[in-house]
Amino acid sequence: MFDNFPLWPSQASSAAGNVDALFIFLLIVSGMMTLLIFTAVVYFAARYRHRKGVLAEQIEGSTPLELTWSIIPMGVFMVIFAWGAVVYFKSRTPPRDSTEVYVVAKQWMWKLEHAEGQREINELHVPVGRDVKLIMTSQDVIHSFYVPAFRMKQDVLPGRYTVAWFHATKPGTYHLFCAEYCGTQHSGMIGSIVVQEPAEYEAWMSGGTSGPLSATGEKIFAELGCVTCHRTDTQGRGPNLQGVFGKPVLLEDGRTVTADENYIRESILDPGAKVVNGFKPVMPTFQGLVSEEQLNALVAYVKSLAPAGPAGAKTAMAAPQPGAQGKGSQVQ
Amino acid sequence: MSMATATVQPVERENYLNKHYGAGSWLFTTDHKRIALLYLISITLFFFIGGFFALLIRLELLTPAGDLVQADTYNKLFTQHGMVMVFFFLIPSIPAVLGNFLVPMMIGAKDLAFPRINLLSWYLYIIGGAMMIHCMLTGGVDTGWTFYTPFSTAFTNTKIVEAGLAIFVAGFSSILTGLNFVVTIHRMRAPGMTWSRLPLFIWAHYATSIIQILGTPVIAITIVLVAAERALHLGIFDPKLGGDPLLFQHLFWFYSHPAVYIMILPSMGVVTEIIACFSRKRIFGYSFVAFSSIAIAVFGFLVWAHHMFVAGISVYAALIFSLLSYAVAVPSAVKVFNWTATLYKGSIHYDAPMLYAFGFLGLFTMGGLTGLFLAALGINVHVTDTYFVVAHFHYIMVGGALMGYLGGMHFWWPKISGKLYPESWARLAALIVFIGFNLTFFPQFILGYLGMPRRYYQYPAEFQVLNVLSTAGATVLGVGYLLPMVYFLWSMRYGKPAPPNPWNAAGLEWMTPSPPTTFNFEQEPIVTWEAYNYDEIDAGHKQEAHVVG
Repeated sequence: MFDNFPLWPSQASSAAGNVDALFIFLLIVSGMMTLLIFTAVVYFAARYRHRKGVLAEQIEGSTPLELTWSIIPMGVFMVIFAWGAVVYFKSRTPPRDSTEVYVVAKQWMWKLEHAEGQREINELHVPVGRDVKLIMTSQDVIHSFYVPAFRMKQDVLPGRYTVAWFHATKPGTYHLFCAEYCGTQHSGMIGSIVVQEPAEYEAWMSGGTSGPLSATGEKIFAELGCVTCHRTDTQGRGPNLQGVFGKPVLLEDGRTVTADENYIRESILDPGAKVVNGFKPVMPTFQGLVSEEQLNALVAYVKSLAPAGPAGAKTAMAAPQPGAQGKGSQVQ
Repeated sequence: MSMATATVQPVERENYLNKHYGAGSWLFTTDHKRIALLYLISITLFFFIGGFFALLIRLELLTPAGDLVQADTYNKLFTQHGMVMVFFFLIPSIPAVLGNFLVPMMIGAKDLAFPRINLLSWYLYIIGGAMMIHCMLTGGVDTGWTFYTPFSTAFTNTKIVEAGLAIFVAGFSSILTGLNFVVTIHRMRAPGMTWSRLPLFIWAHYATSIIQILGTPVIAITIVLVAAERALHLGIFDPKLGGDPLLFQHLFWFYSHPAVYIMILPSMGVVTEIIACFSRKRIFGYSFVAFSSIAIAVFGFLVWAHHMFVAGISVYAALIFSLLSYAVAVPSAVKVFNWTATLYKGSIHYDAPMLYAFGFLGLFTMGGLTGLFLAALGINVHVTDTYFVVAHFHYIMVGGALMGYLGGMHFWWPKISGKLYPESWARLAALIVFIGFNLTFFPQFILGYLGMPRRYYQYPAEFQVLNVLSTAGATVLGVGYLLPMVYFLWSMRYGKPAPPNPWNAAGLEWMTPSPPTTFNFEQEPIVTWEAYNYDEIDAGHKQEAHVVG
């Protein structure tokens, strides 16, 4: 009926209902405030319109009234704040066993790579009813991954990972927009999210692939010679990477960091930034030698070395999620 | 009266407009009123340039396909619309025109504290403006007015450094105006004009000046850093050079959020004067309205990262900035309630300035309330960088700041020009602006919630109906803005001469002739009454009696 004139965006994720509920609450609250103010203004303006010979009655003000209309709005604002904070916190905390998709944004396209190895451009297939975590970076400028039907948006920055997640609830095809202005074809940097029933999705997934991303990463790890120093015993010149992901790492300077995606990324590109305690800063930088896609594969490989296989990734997720972003901002 | 005396030009009373003639007497004037007029002419020019860009933007968005202009052209249009409107119209608008004209007059001074610095401010503004126009004519900029890095420093090949320098120079104009106002308000008040007797317009300008002085240097530094990275490849913001793009956003918004209060606070001051006058009442809760201006200026500096909730800042930082954003909403709400309460038991007149004030009240309230949506973290994720934000800030900056500016221009036009404007045309224009504004920007709230991102040159077809409504509204709005321009110009030649105080308004500026003489007051006034003494005025007390000192 409203195909060309929708008034409400479709709800296709677990977050959509939460955001809409708060939005409706705000519509009601602000509707009431508007009504109150407009009624008062219109009523006073009509009731006290100028009449010849009738003088205005001077009123100095009223501290009790001032306090009332400061404290009551503040109280209402705090409810909105708390509610908004809860919705936000949820939307920023990927569940532990999410399916992972690596996103590389560039002017002006989205490159998406499933942990299982499937690659897509400007289109992302996901199954209904599963948590999907996006590990995103940009090859050039800042972009923003925005799916209105999921009420989900996260800027995608060059030089670091940012993370977002969603849980699709309704099969269908939804807009993927770039929401951060990124140059000439910013409005052309759009794609779609295809949400499929699990069976349909499995069929799609069984299509051709060069193997899981971590396997690609293992190959690169060997080709670049990483394996000569990062050995699986204690004799290497670099730390043994088995089971490192998601664990705290003691650094040369006494600090401790969690080995998350941004830490692995930084260690490859800027090895001297955070040297592990007991090792010398001898690793060369791979800045410029590995593409964003190869970097993602390497990160996926290191993650796969966690002791309990994919469960290792779960422990990583247990680390307070802001890590992925908060740490990111500290990296620089 | 005989024909002879009618044809002989009556000797015109000497005033600031006719005391000297010739271009030199304007270009080298140190009279704050003449400088105000220089600003009025220049910002009006920029307003119509920015408005022209807006019109082209709306025309392009009439259809989903990108068909009117090239994508790069469109990107330059919205960038330059933003830069021109923010830095060359809204920020100088009320302070540099009405503030310049009225701050000395309202406090009973002959001029601002530093008249020559005042002239220097205008020259800096003109130099910055000329650089901006040159930049736009020779290629333009396409980064959005926000200059986000690393796009601005490493990826675009448009004229970033030139546009940045134009804003840098114009920024000093803003700093110097603020400095001049602060010193003037502290040092030049007439005897008896205590802080608690100041018109609230002055309080609003005092708060604005503090932001101009403290905030503007930060954007200046930021622009220098962008230029340094772009020209010298110093790694500050670009991660490829070891910089941090989020650092830019922090620095940019540290100024650019308070800058919104540079635009809206003076407008609040104007509206306060108008509501008091046309309700014939002392403003309800004078000291709360005065201190809420200061509170807004202070809290306004603590909320900048609410522009960055999805930019990659930590969740905990986001929580704090959301909380503080609600804190800054309280003093704004207090003002709205006090204005409303001032109407209570007033004697309300519906002249054009008051219609603009009513318009301001409605639009600012809606702009403020939609700010509550954006400050709510959970909702912000969905609506930030969409048309919801575009609609919100236009309700504040156009619905609020510009309505206040137009209201103020009508209110003080008789004083500034010495002529009366045609009242019924002015009421019609106020109505057209109000309708056109809502038709333009209300549909954008819906567009934003539906998910249409901002700065889109082409868009999916389902967004078209709302975009057509918005473009239709923009056309109406354009007519509403042209009308005052036409009848103000008309009135300068054909308008009836204005009496000194056509509104029977309170305030020292109304005790001078219209237009005032160069030094405003014959003798230094001595103030023995409170602000907004409408009871005394309407009871027939002659204030002039007090002036003779």
